[in-house]
Amino acid sequence: MGHAMRLPLRALALATFAAGFAISALLAPGEAAAQKTIKFIPEADLRSLDPIWTTAYITRNHGYMVYDTLFATDAKFQVQPQMVDKWELSADKLSYTFTLRDGLKFHDGQPVRSADCIASIQRWAKRDVLGQKLGDLTESWTAVNDKTFRLKLKQPFAYVLEALGKPSSNVPFILPERLAKTDAFTQVSDPTGSGPFKMVKEQWVPGSKVVYVKNTDYVPRKEAPSWAAGGKVVKVDRVEWLYIPDSATAAAAINSGEVDWWQQMPPDLIPVLSKNKDIRIENTDPLGSTGMIRFNHLQPPFNNQKLRQALLHVVNQQDYAIGIAGDPKNGHPCASFFTCGTPLANQAGSAVLSGKRDFDKAKALIREAGYKGEKIVVLDATDQPIVHPQALITTEMLRKLGLNVELQAGDWGTLITRRSSKEPVDKGGWSIFHTWWVGPDLATPALNSALRGAGEKAWFGWPNDPAMEKLRDEWFAAPDLATQKKLAEQMQLRAWETVPYIPTAMFIIPTAYRSSLTGILVSPMNLMWNVGKK
Amino acid sequence: MFAYLLKRLLATIPVMGVVALFVFSLLYIAPGDPAAVIAGDIATEEDIARIRAKLGLDQPYLVRFGGWLWALAHGDLGVSIFTNLPVAQLIAQRIEPTLALTLCTLLVTVAVAVPLGVLAAARAGSWIDRCVMGFAVLGFSVPVFVLAYLLIMLFASHLGWLPVQGYRSIAEGFWPWLQHLILPSIALGTVYVALIARITRATMLDVLAQDYIRTAQAKGLATDEVLYGHALKNAAVPIVTVIGIGIALLISGVVVTETVFAIPGIGRLTVDAILRRDYPIIQAVTLLFSGAYVLVNLAVDLSYTLLDPRIRY
Repeated sequence: MGHAMRLPLRALALATFAAGFAISALLAPGEAAAQKTIKFIPEADLRSLDPIWTTAYITRNHGYMVYDTLFATDAKFQVQPQMVDKWELSADKLSYTFTLRDGLKFHDGQPVRSADCIASIQRWAKRDVLGQKLGDLTESWTAVNDKTFRLKLKQPFAYVLEALGKPSSNVPFILPERLAKTDAFTQVSDPTGSGPFKMVKEQWVPGSKVVYVKNTDYVPRKEAPSWAAGGKVVKVDRVEWLYIPDSATAAAAINSGEVDWWQQMPPDLIPVLSKNKDIRIENTDPLGSTGMIRFNHLQPPFNNQKLRQALLHVVNQQDYAIGIAGDPKNGHPCASFFTCGTPLANQAGSAVLSGKRDFDKAKALIREAGYKGEKIVVLDATDQPIVHPQALITTEMLRKLGLNVELQAGDWGTLITRRSSKEPVDKGGWSIFHTWWVGPDLATPALNSALRGAGEKAWFGWPNDPAMEKLRDEWFAAPDLATQKKLAEQMQLRAWETVPYIPTAMFIIPTAYRSSLTGILVSPMNLMWNVGKK
Repeated sequence: MFAYLLKRLLATIPVMGVVALFVFSLLYIAPGDPAAVIAGDIATEEDIARIRAKLGLDQPYLVRFGGWLWALAHGDLGVSIFTNLPVAQLIAQRIEPTLALTLCTLLVTVAVAVPLGVLAAARAGSWIDRCVMGFAVLGFSVPVFVLAYLLIMLFASHLGWLPVQGYRSIAEGFWPWLQHLILPSIALGTVYVALIARITRATMLDVLAQDYIRTAQAKGLATDEVLYGHALKNAAVPIVTVIGIGIALLISGVVVTETVFAIPGIGRLTVDAILRRDYPIIQAVTLLFSGAYVLVNLAVDLSYTLLDPRIRY
């Protein structure tokens, strides 16, 4: 019987392969031209193509591929012209005149004009936090001619260039006017920009693959690249973003050479990949990210300032650093409300978080707060590897303090919906959630939304602190960096008192790439120009 | 027969209607808000509310449900909230990998499982039977993703014979296409092989105990002829039924397999859509899977007439 079974199977297998190779010969495309292609695993799936419509970092990174910016921030935190060739500020500091570089063209062949820039900035200003501030102070935008345009302010504003060179979401990318006229709350799905890469939209498979090719019409600046500033010289023909959701599969793919670059690898896989001499594991993000414990300031018990202060004495940033990053090399404490390593980071009042951990003091503060055993709901997102460990560590810490805590686990989609509830915890509300921000987003009072005290109009958690808002306004009016730093220190001292949130730890997520890649830029954003392939 | 077919096809309409109602209602009451996902972490509540309004998510239940049904009746599956691409286009992009994976898995499993089950029944109580049943227990016990990782580790990472992940369209060549399906099909098919092999064995044991089999053997028929010509034919109806039921198992397995092997199929489309609350995709894909399941069941029922001449509709 066994023999009888084997023969037909063998015949079937032979027939299948013969048919297969015949079909193969008929259907296989001709030998592709020798192209330099980088296969890259991004941090997330690219779902939306509009970096103004969403603040998702993956869409911001896509934006850097296909769009260009008027200005850009470099590694020294200096704002440099990018699409702009020259600019002038009037003596009364109310009028900026910008002139575009020669040779700027959109992917559809149309030249970049003043009208495109004005429409793009106006759309961005409706969504971005710094853009809104600029918008409030704007008298008018005027096209002087196709290459020159003017911004008139209602009052001097020291951060115009910082706003236009903002490195992270929302980045003021320049779109063609026909697209930039779209309502800021409606998604643009045409990826036509003037950036160094063109997206091949017909080859886009959401959830799987995004294809970019070199924009051969792009004219890079002459300066060396530095973050998003300088020359954007593309050294490959094609870049494929391959979204691989499973980290074990992604590790196997880079290990075998199927992909060249993995943007963010989980720290627990470092020992596995570091055995491969053809793979380099590096930190290309100089600022890292910062985790945070965010309180609900509207509902008991964290509407009580003393209770929030109590936690400052027991939060151990080292625990969070290890919990998130897995390895002390990739995470470290940062007891500042402004990203460590940036100009406004400071240590004013930081001892309360960086000093010796003191449970007795925390318990005394809890007693002073008059805590009556109200339930504390900690929202957890088990599908988020940065949020989940923070939630577990905080919950354990609250239990050690004898607080009545309940960890409510869900996914990230549920968490970001539930956190908008202002209701008490027994009606679906919450007490604490955790999140994280990339370095540039917490670098200044202008960008740090979590620090604001605008009450019900503030970011989720809704702290109401008019004194903090006043300090922020003063910071905007500060004439120089020394004054800005002084005000940042005052804001930080105020924050240790009111505790709008607690920074948990700074961490970096390492990147892994094959040694055949060269020129990967060190930057808080993932940038793909200057990268070559041997 | 034609009347029966027509009746069954018409009966799918209310079934799909109920599925549509359930899917829409479940999504409506489930926590999660695509507007919050779109707006991102930095957004304000006002931003989220404006996005929600733009997407029509602030409309009452009946208005949204009615609008969706109306569009569906006109063949419009809607537009993905996130990608702004038509759902029909997204499904069309993803249908080939899922169909290829499902068909490959079905072919491999039926080709392996049925002979294994027959062999185990024919040698009941022997070491062969114990091995087959041991494999079946193992096949049931090992989760798809664990097996997938083991296969990747051995055949892709260690031996380098097959790719780790991804999918190639058959238009890019037969061998690249097949190469990318071998490991996923084995990973997905193992549990299915276990199921069918067990059912085949059990059914065959029943049939082999019948008088007519003893008569056939007494007449001096060859063992193969008895097993395949007489016994298997009569055991086929329950086996085919289980293969049909197993399609549901396969659908749930496809979701895991496509995720582990990064295959851009319908399964991954569904999981991604659920995680980000992309309602139009979830609704359309659930309807698609339900429709496929109903049609598979219909095909199984119709196949009975071919396998057993006593069955007539």
